[in-house]
Parts: sequence; structure tokens; C-alpha cells
Amino acid sequence: MAAPPLIRLEALRKSFATAAGPVSVLNGIDLDVDAGETLAVMGPSGSGKSTLMNILGCLDVPSSGRYLLDGRDVGGLDGDERARLRNAFIGFVFQGFHLLPRVNLLDNVALPLLYARVKARERYARAATALERVGLKGFEAYLPARVSGGQQQRVAIARALVNRPRLILADEPTGNLDSATSHEIMRLFGSLNASDGITLVLVTHEADIAAYARRLIQMVDGRITTMRTRPATQAAS
Amino acid sequence: MIGALLGEALHSMRANRLRTFLTMLGMVIGVAAVILMVAIGQGARLSVDQAIQSMGSNLFIVLSGSTTSGGIRMGMGAAPTLTLADAEAIAALPPVLRVAPVVPQTAQIVAGANNWSTMVTGSTPAYFDVREWPLASGRAFGAADVRAAARVAVLGRTVALNLFGGEDPVGKTIRIRQSPFTVVGVLAAKGQSLDGRDQDDGVVVPVTTAQRKLFGTQFPGSVRMLMVQATGAEAMDEAQREMARLLRQRHHLPERADNDFDIRNLTALANAAAQTTRVMSVMLGAIASVSLLVGGIGIMNIMLVSVTERTREIGIRVAIGARRRDILMQFLLEAVTLSVAGCLAGALVGVAAAVAINLMAGMTVVVSLAAVAAAFLIASMVGVFFGLYPAQRASGLEPIEALAYQ
Ligand SMILES: Nc1ncnc2c1ncn2[C@@H]1O[C@H](COP(=O)(O)OP(=O)(O)OP(=O)(O)O)[C@@H](O)[C@H]1O
Ligand SMILES: [Mg+2]
Repeated sequence: MAAPPLIRLEALRKSFATAAGPVSVLNGIDLDVDAGETLAVMGPSGSGKSTLMNILGCLDVPSSGRYLLDGRDVGGLDGDERARLRNAFIGFVFQGFHLLPRVNLLDNVALPLLYARVKARERYARAATALERVGLKGFEAYLPARVSGGQQQRVAIARALVNRPRLILADEPTGNLDSATSHEIMRLFGSLNASDGITLVLVTHEADIAAYARRLIQMVDGRITTMRTRPATQAAS
Repeated sequence: MIGALLGEALHSMRANRLRTFLTMLGMVIGVAAVILMVAIGQGARLSVDQAIQSMGSNLFIVLSGSTTSGGIRMGMGAAPTLTLADAEAIAALPPVLRVAPVVPQTAQIVAGANNWSTMVTGSTPAYFDVREWPLASGRAFGAADVRAAARVAVLGRTVALNLFGGEDPVGKTIRIRQSPFTVVGVLAAKGQSLDGRDQDDGVVVPVTTAQRKLFGTQFPGSVRMLMVQATGAEAMDEAQREMARLLRQRHHLPERADNDFDIRNLTALANAAAQTTRVMSVMLGAIASVSLLVGGIGIMNIMLVSVTERTREIGIRVAIGARRRDILMQFLLEAVTLSVAGCLAGALVGVAAAVAINLMAGMTVVVSLAAVAAAFLIASMVGVFFGLYPAQRASGLEPIEALAYQ
């Protein structure tokens, strides 16, 4: 029997209540993502990509439909259980990096371990390893504002992977970076996927960034319109 | 986990030093004010209690009466209506234990090369009993000295120190208004009176000597006032009635006439004074507590601003796995740390200020451990109380909205 997909979405819908009445943003999404896959999500602005990512990241809940994460229905979980899931299972990388500005890089990376109740000594050892992994050894004591955008995004990636997640969700991770830096970041993601088997879902507006992913979906008006999968050999290029 | 969250709280306090300092300042001032005010209030109570203790018990003073001279009413004691004979008559009343006449006058005193201006009191040996005033050295003068109008004097401690330094003055000669007196005794130290005078700054001589040889008076035999000690607390009312009746009779006052004397119950006055200081001490504490409250509101205000300012930080923390109670705890710990640290500093400032006031103004202050402990307790409670609402606001934020907050 084949392993269940890491992510399974069934008829997923999301609408927001606004002053002008309910706005439907996701209109029935069906999607499977297998463990170890890389998936790029593209689509015009307002098509619901970030909304989808928030639901995948258990930051938000669907209005209807089902979301199974590693075979488990996320719909019935309360706030604390979702927090635990975000902490232990998922790593986030955002367009705006979202580092704590007044905290040095090492403390930023160690933060998820704090909420995982990991002891201080181990926290800092693992955070240092994660920083080294993204090529920032020696920058531990810097404040985020003192390093470049590309380096900040590396710190965010180190923070995302410090608790050894199964899934990394990246919403326009290269949106604020120049093209050379963007490709460095994507190679880093590629190596995490290749060596650790971390599943990656990323949102991007750029085709060359999306090309790092093995599978690509296009969204329009809260629906998946096209889905394309590349042969395995091309994915690494 | 609490330790780690406390670390986070301390970290963000350190990251914003000026704000932390200003927030704490409210608490520092509040706690310092409470400790200082309570110390001053308790100090006032202590000195009043000591003054009352040193006054003697179940005491009246009877002042020579006011007279009307040319339409101007003179103050009590202005006319010499009381005499030594009055004193003896009052002493014979059953509810009265003893009576000491008092003829006071300030005078310059010389001893060798030193001189000192002080209050010279003419009285009888009963004076030392009425005031419950033991001698430090030598003896008091006796009834024979009074009869003979002997030139003997008993010195208060302050006078002895100023005239003789460390030496024992007993047996030495002093000059009061030029006339020589032999020092027979030195009184034990008594400290301040209720009105803040130094009770040890005085000299006591036989009343007859004062009247005849020291302060020539136009009314021979008259005394300024009498100090009367009743036989007990329960005899006070009766003593007052009997004295009034007796004095009116002796002074041949007609039915309608006002008293030409004034009887004051010193013990009642002292108790009123004690009551007043007690009320004042509570009031001081209460007023100071308000500043603690203001300090607490300051903490809440800053914490609320801080929650808004750090909305994105909260969003990030929640996104990477902080639970509601982690956020709640972090902000609560921050508020409590602010208030407790402020309280610590405030306690130091308050105690230092109390000691400084004591040293510089000579005011009695009592820093009680209970007051410091109470201030601590209140400060932590203020921290929890005023930190809870902002902390709840922080932990109630929706992660996506918090993350999107600019
Ligand atoms: N909390 C909300 N309340 C109301 N409407 C919302 C809310 N969040 C998102 N929307 C709406 O949902 C739609 C999709 O938003 P979303 O952020 O998912 O788009 P996106 O595909 O990520 O766009 P972009 O490429 O610009 O990031 C938008 O029209 C947006 O206005
Ligand atoms: Mg988006």
C-alpha cells in the first residue's frame, strides 16, 4: 500500500466575512502533495495563494472541505494543537523574512525550540548548527538589521528547519531579493529537499524560481487551473 | 519554560532601556513614597508616644487665670491668681496625689567660662515625682531647701553638657542672673516634649528661691501654674471638679463670674495628639498608595503600547509555535518584572530618603520591614493586575492578522 500523501486537500473552500458581505477566496481546491515533493504555486495577485498557504500552515482554518496533514484531519484541532503542529511539523519562510528585529540571529533561529520546550544548551547548539547549514557561521551575534536581505532570508530558513520539520512553506521567499540572491536561496531549498527529504511548497511570481520545483500549479480565482509535473531529472537543474 | 519566557521578557526590557526605565520610574516613586511616608508617620507616632511617656501620667496643669485689663483680655497665665497656698490646698484633696507649683523664667546661666540661656523652673520636690523624672547623678533638693529658699539647683542634661562638658557638675557652683547656686543634681535625659521642645534644656530650683531671690515679682507668693497628678486615671474627672470647686471658693469668685484659672487635662490632650498622629500616619500611607496605583497604571499603559507595537513580533512567535499561554506568560512576566524591579529600586530609594531625612532634619523615622514587605506585595499584585489585560490582548491576537500588521 502506498504511503498516504503528506498533504491532502479535499474540496477546500475559504471565504472571508467583509463589510460588503462574504468574499469567497478559495473555491474548491483538491490537491495531494507527497512527502519529499517540491511544489510551486503561481497565479495572479489576489488569486488566493497566500490564503492557501496560511491554511496549509495551520495559521488559518478552511471554511469547508478537508485538510489532512500526514493523514490527520487538521479541521478538529484547537489553537494549541495547531501551534504544536506549526512548531514541530512545519517551517515557515515569508517574503518579509519576519525575524525579531531586536534579537540576534542565533536567538532568532533558536526561538522555535524555546516553544518546543527544548533545554537552553541544546537550543543554542541546534540553532548554531542550523545557521552553519545556511552558511552563516560567525554571524550568530548579529542583529537582523545588520545583515543583507539574502542573509536574513537564510536566517529565516535556518529558523524554519531548526526543529527538523517535514514541511517547509515559503510564501514568495525571494520576493524581496535580487535575482542572483534568489537563485542562491532556491539552491539552498533544493539541497534541503534533496538531503533531508523536506517537502517544500512555495509561492512565487517568477517562472525561473518556480522552475526549481518539480511540480507547478497555477491558481486563478481560488481554483487550480493547471498542474504540470516535470520528470525527475530536470528538477535538480 | 517559565525561566525561558522570563529570559524573553528580560530581553525585550533590555532592548528598550529608556522605556523600561521610565516605566519603572513610576513604580520606583510609588514604592519609595509609601515606604518614606509610612516611615515618617511611624516616626511621628513614636516621638509622640515617647513624649507622652516622658510627660508623667494622670496629669493636669492649672494655669493662672486671664484677666481683663482695660477691655483687653489677657492670655491665661498673664495674671498671677494662683499661689503656693492654692497648691497646698489642692494637694490635700483626696483624688489628688501631688501638686508641683511652677514658676518659670528664662535666664542666663554662667559656669566658669561657659554660659547658657535656659528655662529656670522654680518648684518643689514634688516636681520630680509629678514628671516621673529620675536623677542621673546627685540628689534633688528637699523640703528643707524650699523652706530655707536655698540657692541649690538641679540641672537638665542639656544644660549640664553645655556648661560642664563631660564633667560631673554636682557640687560645682553656677551663677543664675549673677547669684551663685550650688548644683546638687543632674536629671536623667527625657528627650523631646509633645511640642518638640528639648525637655532636658532647663534648670530646676526651689520655688521659694525663684520667687524671692531670682525673679522679683510684683505679686509675692504667686505661681504661674500648678502641675497636678491625680491618684489614678479613674480619679481624673473627680479631681478636675474638686479643684475647680476649691479654687473658686478660695478665690472668692461670685456665682456668675468666670474662672480666674484654667484646668487642662494633659493626659487627654496627649491622647488627642496621639490620635492625630495615628490618623496622619494612616493618611500619609494612603496618599502614597495612590502613587503606587498611578505607577501601576503607567505599567499597563506602556504594556498596551508595547503589545500594539509588537503585534508583528507576536504574530511571528505564534506562527513558529508559541501557544496562547506562552505569549500571555511572556507579557505578564514582563509586567511583573517591571513592577518588582521598580519596587526593589523604590525600596532602596525610600529607605535611603528616610535615613537622609533622619540624619539631616533630625526627624524620627521608623523604617519597618512590614511596610517594605507590604510595598513589595502590592507592587507584584499591581504588576499582575495591570499586566494581565495587555497580556491577554497580546495572546488573543489572530496569527495571520498579527503577521500582516505593519
Ligand atoms: N482576512 C481577509 N478578509 C477579507 N478578505 C481577505 C482576507 N484575506 C485575504 N482576502 C482577500 O482574498 C483574496 C486573496 O488574497 P491572497 O492574499 O490569498 O492573494 P495572493 O494570491 O496571495 O495575492 P498576492 O500574489 O498579491 O500575494 C484577496 O482579494 C484578498 O483581498
Ligand atoms: Mg500572497
